Amino acid sequence: MSATRPLILSPGPHLHSVESTSRIMWWVNGSLAPAVAWGAFVFGPRVLLTILGSIAGAVVAESLAARMLRRPASVGDGSAVCTGLLLSLTLPPLVPWWIAFLGGAFGILLGKMIFGGLGFNLFNPAMVGRAFLMASFPLPMTAGWAAPRPWFGAPLDAVTTPTPLTTLREHGLSAAMQSLSGHGGPWNSLLMGFRSGSIGEVSMVLIALGAAVMLVRGIIRLTIPLSVMAGLAAVTAFSGAPGLHLLSGGLWLGAFYIATDYVTSPSTQGGRIAFGLLVGVLTGVIRMFGGYPEGICYAVLLGNAMVPAFNLWFRPHRRVLAGSPS
Amino acid sequence: MPMVLLEGQKPGAWQLLKNGIFSENPVFRLALSLCPAVAVTTTVANGWILGVAVLLVQVLSSGTVALTRQWILPQVRIPVYTIIIAVWVSAIDMTLAAFAPALYAQVGLYVKLIVAFAIIISRLEVFASRYPLVPSLWDATGMGLGFLLALLTIGAMREVLGNGSLAGIRLLPGKPLLFFALPAGGFFSIALLMALFNKLERMAATRHGRPAAPRAAAGGSHG
Repeated sequence: MSATRPLILSPGPHLHSVESTSRIMWWVNGSLAPAVAWGAFVFGPRVLLTILGSIAGAVVAESLAARMLRRPASVGDGSAVCTGLLLSLTLPPLVPWWIAFLGGAFGILLGKMIFGGLGFNLFNPAMVGRAFLMASFPLPMTAGWAAPRPWFGAPLDAVTTPTPLTTLREHGLSAAMQSLSGHGGPWNSLLMGFRSGSIGEVSMVLIALGAAVMLVRGIIRLTIPLSVMAGLAAVTAFSGAPGLHLLSGGLWLGAFYIATDYVTSPSTQGGRIAFGLLVGVLTGVIRMFGGYPEGICYAVLLGNAMVPAFNLWFRPHRRVLAGSPS
Repeated sequence: MPMVLLEGQKPGAWQLLKNGIFSENPVFRLALSLCPAVAVTTTVANGWILGVAVLLVQVLSSGTVALTRQWILPQVRIPVYTIIIAVWVSAIDMTLAAFAPALYAQVGLYVKLIVAFAIIISRLEVFASRYPLVPSLWDATGMGLGFLLALLTIGAMREVLGNGSLAGIRLLPGKPLLFFALPAGGFFSIALLMALFNKLERMAATRHGRPAAPRAAAGGSHG
């Protein structure tokens, strides 16, 4: 046995903390549990199958890709589960499970593993999967909006209702508010989640609860979510319905859970503010002038494309102290 | 392994053909003319027509340049090449319009665009302007066949996945993954086929006992 050990040179960072990727990812997944439970209640237990399909697609794709690349299996770190879960929460409730499976698998394979796995992907894998589904299955992805069930009484089966943002887009603000007037008033519907929409986006209160858990645990900071909301508020301020825009759609899910992905967001505070503002402004522009009622998915993907530039433009500056060699 | 030609060396016909189809495949290896490779490959039939047109233009232009190369002033060679390509493209464009109007209605726009295809002028610049007629024709044939092969494989993949049919024959009832019929899916298809192409070539190289082409940055610099 030779006594020499290979000298291993690895790129930074060299500081370690007790937080590991898997701990963070499982906390993120756990903090989404209330939103999942609410989705299953208000749209029926069928959506659990969609959620499981998406997670299964992501996990299967990740383990197959790891095996093909002869890499250690990375499924246990929870990031694939997180991708599948987040993707499924942005899907309409009536999307069949196999479409969700394809979306999860595509997002992981061509959004993440092909770049080299966790930490190397340019684009948020969950949103890559969603964009792929939007292009491949336009009808289920834009028409599968189940009507929410009431607190008490039988669930409404196989009834579809357009989302508030779709109604706002096609019939104006008063029609959108009219569609929300059941369940104790529009604001109650929006905050509690008695409205049609994606599986996990409808309840502001429960998303805020999960986000609060992540904030307390130090997993995310408020910089990106607040910038996203500020950007959207700035664009929609004069549209007549800024409140509906800010409390509607996947904005909160996107701002707190999707735009804050460590890998695909900038690493400095200045960059994060610019990134968040860009995502918010693009969301508003797509919602008001684009072809879709909801724009957060494409806004995040376009924002992701700018992240390397933001990292370059908002580099931290080394402070030069007086008398120190320059 | 790209072919390295020394000055004055006489490459053989088979070597030139193989170079154009595999080693320096225009789409999968040189990554040239990707724009038409995305635009026309939604079906095998479209890829076939454009591929044949490019093959003809490449052979005719390379032949013309190889014959006239000693009279083309180096300072103005690019405009001269462009005019030569434009002449042949116009000839094929008019021939198609006269004899196959139905076909022309489908692909006429793309046939005119062949003038601007990078692969054609690049073969004139790097090969036909330096070699006599016969090797230039073989090189042009190899490159044209390589482009045709690429368009056919991309077209087959996108037609099966995006439209559920192959060469017009229906294989699946619906449109399985519409994504692949859209331009974004075209780029993904080319990238996936390019990866497969690299994999196959590496396997072939290992089987023939040649060392595989070095993988960029594989393993890093441990020690």
